[in-house]
Amino acid sequence: MLETNPFSLLKKPAILIPLLILLILPWTITNIHFHHVLIMFMLFATLSQAWNFIGGFAGQVSFGHATFFGIGAYASLVLLKKFDLSPWVGMLAGGGLSVAVAVVVGYPVFKLKGHYFAISTFAVAEIFERLFNNWDFVEGAIGLPAPVLPEGLINFMWYQTKVPYFYIVFVLFLLVLLLAYKIDHSRMGFYFRAIKQSQEAAEGLGIDTRRYKMQAMMISAFLTAICGAFYAQYILYIDPPSVLSLDVSIKIVLIAVLGGAGTIVGPILGAAILIPLSEYSRILLGGTGKGVDLIVFGALILMISVFQPQGMAGFFKKAGS
Amino acid sequence: MDFEIILQILVSGLLMGLIFALIAVGLTLVWGVLDILNFAHGEFLMLAMFISFWMFSLWKIDPLWSIPFTVAALFATGVLTYRLIIKRVLNAPGLTALLATFGLSILIKNLAQFFWTPDFRHIQGAILSDKALSFWGLNLSLAEVVAAGGSGLITFVIYYLIFKTKTGRAIRATALDRDTALLMGINIDRVFALTFGLGGACVGVAGALLMNFYYVFPSVGSLFGILAFVTVALGGFGNITGAFLAGVLMGVVETAGGVVIAPVFKYTVVFVMYLVIILLRPKGLFGW
Repeated sequence: MLETNPFSLLKKPAILIPLLILLILPWTITNIHFHHVLIMFMLFATLSQAWNFIGGFAGQVSFGHATFFGIGAYASLVLLKKFDLSPWVGMLAGGGLSVAVAVVVGYPVFKLKGHYFAISTFAVAEIFERLFNNWDFVEGAIGLPAPVLPEGLINFMWYQTKVPYFYIVFVLFLLVLLLAYKIDHSRMGFYFRAIKQSQEAAEGLGIDTRRYKMQAMMISAFLTAICGAFYAQYILYIDPPSVLSLDVSIKIVLIAVLGGAGTIVGPILGAAILIPLSEYSRILLGGTGKGVDLIVFGALILMISVFQPQGMAGFFKKAGS
Repeated sequence: MDFEIILQILVSGLLMGLIFALIAVGLTLVWGVLDILNFAHGEFLMLAMFISFWMFSLWKIDPLWSIPFTVAALFATGVLTYRLIIKRVLNAPGLTALLATFGLSILIKNLAQFFWTPDFRHIQGAILSDKALSFWGLNLSLAEVVAAGGSGLITFVIYYLIFKTKTGRAIRATALDRDTALLMGINIDRVFALTFGLGGACVGVAGALLMNFYYVFPSVGSLFGILAFVTVALGGFGNITGAFLAGVLMGVVETAGGVVIAPVFKYTVVFVMYLVIILLRPKGLFGW
């Protein structure tokens, strides 16, 4: 049971077949809106999976993940614009920076438990958003558009098609999925779950909870930042409200929880429901879709937590048994 | 910095702080008794403000007179929320209850946005609008002074209710030990419903009072909500006096931060202060 080979997950037909379908989907349906929805779906599935490490597996609910997302996004674009650094390098730099922030913030904040911790993550996220909003080096509230560079893999930019973006995010999605699977079935995963169930009991068993919470946070922060860098390169414009705001943090949490926090398929299911809902209501109703997607989502979350606390994943588990 | 400015900061901060305190008291009451952080608390406030706004816009009822209505409406909202939602998630793991109220807050906020548009609305021409008080070199908005005074008064009423009445004793008992309270014959279900209703009533008052000088829009609940959470955490979850003092502290720090550093950073200062305090005292200033 311990130290599983993550690639064994791919041998399961229930996983392999949907993945293969996803892989060929962009070629079968060529509508560009559809490609966008697919990309957003994979991005948020990956984001919420990254959140899952700390929020779902380890049970430390963070409402501040937009901070890492934003750091990744800003690092990649700022390094590209001001220092001509390739976005790939920027991505890694953003990841590293996020980990540093996670450590610096996490070290004191992990002393807190439960609601105190959750609210601290709110506070940290708000502080970062406000700081970035007023920081001239990153153009503050004006936002940062990506420079216009020749298309290609090196520059991480394509203008005429979204398909390469899809395959990049697909790889990201797959890697994070495999990592989640591996960790969930490893000793570390067990420690996370023990901490989630009862931190005191875990400590009583000799688990260094501080260390494992920190590790979960570091992994989560790194992956979230990578997603942020991808987002910046895809949308080609970022500003504090779009990458650092509470709304982003909340969306990530909602998707993970709706799908089932602490499960591997949870974030995927949650994203599969919310992202098409959100993107198509925006496309059909204009603007931000008048928030219709969020009305539905809020109602869904409400009903799921009342009737099915384990999220959609629990629903399928029950149906399967 | 001369004395006048310091006094102005302190008094203005105190005014807003008293309002924060009332909102926080409602939240901490619910937490203390039910062990649930009502994420929709800010949205309840927003509803109260909108009710007050529409009553003035449509029927020319001054926000001051709409207070009984907002209180009744929000009390009912609280009780309904308990009956329909909270009751079912009371015994579920922590994350579930959090998310139920989270879902509720998102639902309410976006419904409000859908029906009433994101526009900012403001009241003009009410009894308290645009009047100022000047004394001792201070300039204060009459509406703010009344709002602060009203909030302080209601907070005192709540305090009296909780600590000096028999019902309050039942509430405190349930907060301390749910099962023993049940054994003692206290109808916990009623206590829970009442507490949720009281929490709603608090924001009912605060919302109507705020409408005199603040502007309302669907997301206003988010801002006050976060400030309320931070206040409650600062004062110690479940501690009414703590929430009151923390609220006042937040108000003063916010105003001071706005003046000393920059208005755009006033909430940032508050959050930094919160982080600093919570690290020195992980359970809040007065938590247990």
